[in-house]
Amino acid sequence: MTSDPSSRRPGAHSRTASLSFFAAIGILAVAGCVTPSASAPDGSPAPAWSTSAPTPDPRVGLRSGWYDAGEAIWNLRVVSKTPPSEKFTNPSTPGDRRLTNSDLAFVGNYVFQGNYSGYQVWDISNASHPTLRSAYVCPGSQSDVTVYRNLLFVSAEATNGRTDCGMQGVVDTVSKDRARGIRVFDITDIGVPKYVTTVQTCRGSHTHTLVTDPKDNANVYIYVSGSAGVRSAAELEGCSGAEPTQDANTALFRIEVIQVPLAHPEQAHIVSSPRIFDDLTAPVRHAETPADVAAAAARAAASGRPARPNAPRPGAGRGPTQCHDITVYPAIGLAGGACGGYGLLLDIRDVAHPKRIGAVADSNFSFWHSATFNNDGTKILFSDEWGGGSQPRCRVTDKPEWGADALFTLSGTTMTFKSYYKLSAAQTSNENCVAHNGTLIPIPGRDVMVQSWYQGGISVFDWSDVSHPKEIAYYDRGPMDSTKLVDAGYWSSYWYNGYIVGSEISRGLDLFELTPSPLLSQNEIDAAKSVRFDHFNAQEQPKLVWPATFALARAYLDQLNRNNGISRDRSAAIARQLDGAEKTSGAARRSALMELATALDGDVAGAADKARVRWTAGAVRELANAQR
Amino acid sequence: MTTLSRPQSAVSILAGFAIAACALSARPSHAQASAPLSPAAQAKADGGRMAYTAADVRFMQGMIGHHAQAVVMAGWAPSHGAGESVKTLAGRIDVAQRDEIAFMQRWLRERSETVPEAMMHDMTGHDMAGMALPALMPGMLTAEQMAQLSKASGAEFDRLFLTFMIQHHRGALTMVDQLFGSPGAGQDLYIFRFASDVGADQTTEIDRMRLMLGLPAEGRNP
Repeated sequence: MTSDPSSRRPGAHSRTASLSFFAAIGILAVAGCVTPSASAPDGSPAPAWSTSAPTPDPRVGLRSGWYDAGEAIWNLRVVSKTPPSEKFTNPSTPGDRRLTNSDLAFVGNYVFQGNYSGYQVWDISNASHPTLRSAYVCPGSQSDVTVYRNLLFVSAEATNGRTDCGMQGVVDTVSKDRARGIRVFDITDIGVPKYVTTVQTCRGSHTHTLVTDPKDNANVYIYVSGSAGVRSAAELEGCSGAEPTQDANTALFRIEVIQVPLAHPEQAHIVSSPRIFDDLTAPVRHAETPADVAAAAARAAASGRPARPNAPRPGAGRGPTQCHDITVYPAIGLAGGACGGYGLLLDIRDVAHPKRIGAVADSNFSFWHSATFNNDGTKILFSDEWGGGSQPRCRVTDKPEWGADALFTLSGTTMTFKSYYKLSAAQTSNENCVAHNGTLIPIPGRDVMVQSWYQGGISVFDWSDVSHPKEIAYYDRGPMDSTKLVDAGYWSSYWYNGYIVGSEISRGLDLFELTPSPLLSQNEIDAAKSVRFDHFNAQEQPKLVWPATFALARAYLDQLNRNNGISRDRSAAIARQLDGAEKTSGAARRSALMELATALDGDVAGAADKARVRWTAGAVRELANAQR
Repeated sequence: MTTLSRPQSAVSILAGFAIAACALSARPSHAQASAPLSPAAQAKADGGRMAYTAADVRFMQGMIGHHAQAVVMAGWAPSHGAGESVKTLAGRIDVAQRDEIAFMQRWLRERSETVPEAMMHDMTGHDMAGMALPALMPGMLTAEQMAQLSKASGAEFDRLFLTFMIQHHRGALTMVDQLFGSPGAGQDLYIFRFASDVGADQTTEIDRMRLMLGLPAEGRNP
């Protein structure tokens, strides 16, 4: 699946030349704050790079429109914009909520795009012209989607969803026709999906997470998160919304785990309902000042109770009743759960029985929405979907720490808050905007992520310096309507095999490419594009592994130039050696690269960025070993 | 603090029933449509307005006044010496519920339903107890409770604010439960999602406020 992008790059030299020009600018800027000032005492962001976004921000004040809204784009290129299929468009009512495009999943060249009324299947073999393969009608929002081999899983939550996918809704409060849970489809024939079954759950499925178990090839698992109400036992046996003290089998305070036998998906069923919130006591909250602690004590005193706001109360606290979304990272055996007022860390090594091992809260967070790990599992980002995604929370009056991402370091089971990241471009009150779905972009040696902000557009940002996240690219459209808030904007924007694929609630499916800038070199982009997956579900994070390519080695070298991690002379020499090696082949290339790798080993000790020089050496050595 | 008057609500309830009847008769008579309309065709046929019921209308109308009271309460935090964490919470409630009031009013207006005005201005200094209040929605503070809160300050304000807001939020959850307990309600996805969001957000906030009060967390069905 991997290919070496550098092998089909004409003009690598000129690119290298222009890069070093950019790198020089970077170095000049960095030189201005040489003392590794990342830790500015006042906590203000240290200027890490030479360039900043255009000012004034062109995202502010864009013209409104459905398909003809004004656009602002920086360090991205629009590859294609494809409106929703005819079945899912109502030209006379912009932003009709029942036609909301939702989440995305990927297999091969196909994109599955959820919709409140079903889902659409796109073939993106030709990225500049995606073609529709299927528009499957099956109402029941919110149609969160995942795929695994020949199976497609779709979340059904709303009370209008039917087991027969009918359009007529379900009027009765108790009905056997209602579908709330996980719908399973066989997509062996991608153009003609076949309905297999619906696994019914008490709260339905707002989102779900597909989890593969490295120890179990016969099954996949699905963690079901439901945030709507619990239905009655009359409709689905065993459902109860009672307190645990009244009913030990309550559907509150738990998630559901579905096991899907791959040979018999029709037998998919709930195998466990882990109570991952049990005994959750108030975790350490940041952003509470000593004055707050004193105030809490005063409140407790006024109420005649002892003041122990953070003291453990075994068995008393139960925390949230559900999760909004869970992101699993099977390679490290962990999951991040965004659950009510908490961000949870789960041990998922026993996939069917996840256990909570850590928790954080944040007084600036309203509703914990989703989680993303960085690739080496040393950081975790949680987002706050304040207002549920249908409210305008990026106005100039909305605080930057509300409806934002919170970035934490992760060490063992300890998550430590470092900073917030929020879209910086103020949006109008006619644009729903808040932190939403995103994924890592596989830029080697950096933590880069693309994220949707609904009508705030798409933001690409670097959180390598977890205390100072920085935007490096964006795309935004003007509001759907300049007079009122109409549902639109990016629900999801995920990196998949070289493209950023965005699901626009009202405008369809948009594909983007990164373009090189002083903040991101062509080599870094090429290295990112070399990472290929045969399928991708955003909430099941794959471990990113970069194939050995010249682009990878040059990407690290570009970063060393940018951060002054090695001397200019030395980096220029390394670049020349890489160019020379690339012109040769076979044994000659192998020995040239081996020689360079050994030289790079020797550079480590004297380099300002030792780790990155070591990575460069590793990449060059791997490339040498890959030569026949 | 709502201005929804009794005659208005009677009218809207009647209107709602008429629409409910409409919605019911508009349904296909057979349970399984062999060739379902496309969502687009359905949207075109109903003018972009999904069918809704009287219970949906009542929920939106009632919640406007309910939210308006929360906005008034939250507005007192800065002037009544609230602690930082209560001020943060109150600030977020203020923004969130104002936006939601605008959303509910628009939903009603676009369907030509009676739109209650939301009285969100600070009533401090008014003789709250003497005011003629409309029927309170579940969890809403009585005039006496509002007067008590308006006179409190500092730690006492914080304690009362959290206690009353928990009561207030619980009432909203009751309203959500009542909505989904009504036949045909919540089929309109604006209603479903809004009511579900109110349920999820306010459950989370109750949990947070209980922690701020030094109480154990709890679920939504005490």
